[in-house]
Amino acid sequence: MSSAVQNSEVVDRPPPQARGWPRERVVGNALVAIWALFGLGLLLFLIRAWDPELFAKYAPLYLHGIGVTLSLVAISIVLGAILSLPIAYARMSRNSVLRALSYAYVYFFRGTPLLAQTFLIYYGFGSFRPFLETIGLWTFFREAWYCAILAFSLNTAAYQAEILRGAIESVPRGQWESAASLGLSKFLTLRKIILPQALIVALRPYGNEIILMIKGSAIVAIITVYDLMGETRRAYSRTFDFQTYIWAALIYLSMVETLRHGVEWIERRITRHLKR
Amino acid sequence: MRIGMRIALAASAIALAIGAAHAEEKTLKIGTEGAYPPFNNLTSDGKLEGFDIDIAKALCDEMKVKCEFVTQDWDGIIPALQAGKFDAIVASMSITPERMKKVDFTNKYYNTPPAIAAPKDTDIKGVTKEDLAGKTIGVQGSTTHFNYSEQTYTDSTIKPYPTAQEYQLDLANGRLDAVNDDIVVVQQWLDSPEGACCKLVGLIKPVEEIHGKGAGIAVRKGDDELREKLNAAITAIRENGKYKEINDKYFKFDVYGG
Repeated sequence: MSSAVQNSEVVDRPPPQARGWPRERVVGNALVAIWALFGLGLLLFLIRAWDPELFAKYAPLYLHGIGVTLSLVAISIVLGAILSLPIAYARMSRNSVLRALSYAYVYFFRGTPLLAQTFLIYYGFGSFRPFLETIGLWTFFREAWYCAILAFSLNTAAYQAEILRGAIESVPRGQWESAASLGLSKFLTLRKIILPQALIVALRPYGNEIILMIKGSAIVAIITVYDLMGETRRAYSRTFDFQTYIWAALIYLSMVETLRHGVEWIERRITRHLKR
Repeated sequence: MRIGMRIALAASAIALAIGAAHAEEKTLKIGTEGAYPPFNNLTSDGKLEGFDIDIAKALCDEMKVKCEFVTQDWDGIIPALQAGKFDAIVASMSITPERMKKVDFTNKYYNTPPAIAAPKDTDIKGVTKEDLAGKTIGVQGSTTHFNYSEQTYTDSTIKPYPTAQEYQLDLANGRLDAVNDDIVVVQQWLDSPEGACCKLVGLIKPVEEIHGKGAGIAVRKGDDELREKLNAAITAIRENGKYKEINDKYFKFDVYGG
C-alpha cells in the first residue's frame, strides 16, 4: 500500500523541465520577437500617421459604426437564440418530418455564405414588392436594417441550434435515465439536470459564434447599413489613408478580445465545482 | 535532404516568378471596375466591354503596347493600383483633388454631367436641395456623386451602394425616391427594359471641387513616363478619328465635353 502511494507521488510530480536552449525554444523566441517587432512597427506607424483633423472628423462616424455593429449583433444573437430553441428541439425530435425540416434549415443556413443570404433577403425579396405589399410585409422589407436583422438572426439561429443540440447530447444518457428512475418529469430533468451541464459545454461555442457574428457583420454595408466596416470604407474613400483600416482592425480586435475575456470569466465561475 | 529539396524548390519558384515578370514587362496592365455600363461592364460570358475598354484598347494600339485588363472592385481600385496589381486605371474615374493626392491623372478623356432619375410617378420636380428634401437618394459609394449628394442634399437620406446595379434595383423596387449618377449611366439604364420604371428628372451642374475635371486615367504617383505616353495617345486618337469612332459606337453626342 505504501508503495502505491509512493508510485502515485512519482506520477503526480513531473520531472523538472530541462532548461537551456533547445531548438524549439530558439524558434519560439524568434517568432515572438518577430511578432513584437511587427506590433512595434504598427504602433510607430500609427503615432507617425496621427492626424488630429482626421480623428476629429471620423471618430464620431466610427463610434456610430461601432454602435450599429454592436446593436446588430446583439439583437441578432438574442433573436437567433430564441429561434434556435424550437429548431434544436426539432432536430432531436422523434418525429421524422420535424427532424427533416430542421435539418434542411440548418443545412441551408450553415451551407451558404451569410453574404448571399443577406443579399437574397434584401434584393431578392425587394423584387416581390407588389406581393409583399398585399400581405402587408413591405414596410418591414423596405428597411435595410430589418432585412439585415432578419438575415443575421436566421443565420445565427442555425448555428446556435447545432451548438445547443450538441451540448445537450453531450450529457450522458444515463443522467436522463437516473432522473427518470427518481420520478422526475422530462422538463424538470432538462431544466435542473441536463441544461446546467450542457451550458458549460456550450459556453465556448456560443462565445465563438458571437465573435464570428461580429466579424461576419462587416458585410452588411452591401445593403446600405453603415456599420463599423462601412464607415471605415467611407473614411478610406475620402482620405485614401490606410490607417482608417488599421483603426477598424484594432477596434474589431478589442471587441473580440473583450468578449473572449468575458467568456473566460464566465467559464471560470460556472466550472468552480469541477476544480480540484 | 528534405530541407535541401525545399530550398531548391523555393529557389526555382522564385526564378520562375522573376522570369515571368521579365516576360510580362512589355504588357501594360489596366485596372477597371466592370460594373459601370456603358463605360465598362462584363458581358454575360465574362468579357469586358464598354467605352472605357475600347478607349483603353485604342490607346494601347496607339502606344504599341500589349494590354491586359484586370477587374477590381471600385472601393479597392486605387489601393490596387498603388500595390502594383495594375499600372493604370481606365474606369471613368473623375479627376478630383482628393484622388490627386494619391495618384497622378492624365488629361481627361471624357466629361459628362451628373443627373437625377426617379420613378415615373414621382413628385420630384427638380434637382435642387429643396426639390429632394425628405427623399431617399441612392448613389454608388466612394464616388464623386456620393460626395456631391452628401454635401448638397443635406435634408435627404443618402444611401450608398456598392455598384450602380444595386441602386438601380432598389429604385425599381421602390426603396428609393431618386438616384444620382452620371447622365450616361443613368440614360443607358433608363433606355433598357430594367429602367422602364423610371425617368430622368434633370441634369446637375457639375461642381469642379467635387466632380473634378472629367474622367482621366490614373497612374501611380511619379509614373510620369506612362502618363505622358497616355496623354500623347489621347491627343492622337482625338485627332485621328479613332475617338470619334468609339464615341459614336456608344453615344449620340460627343462625351468629350467642352
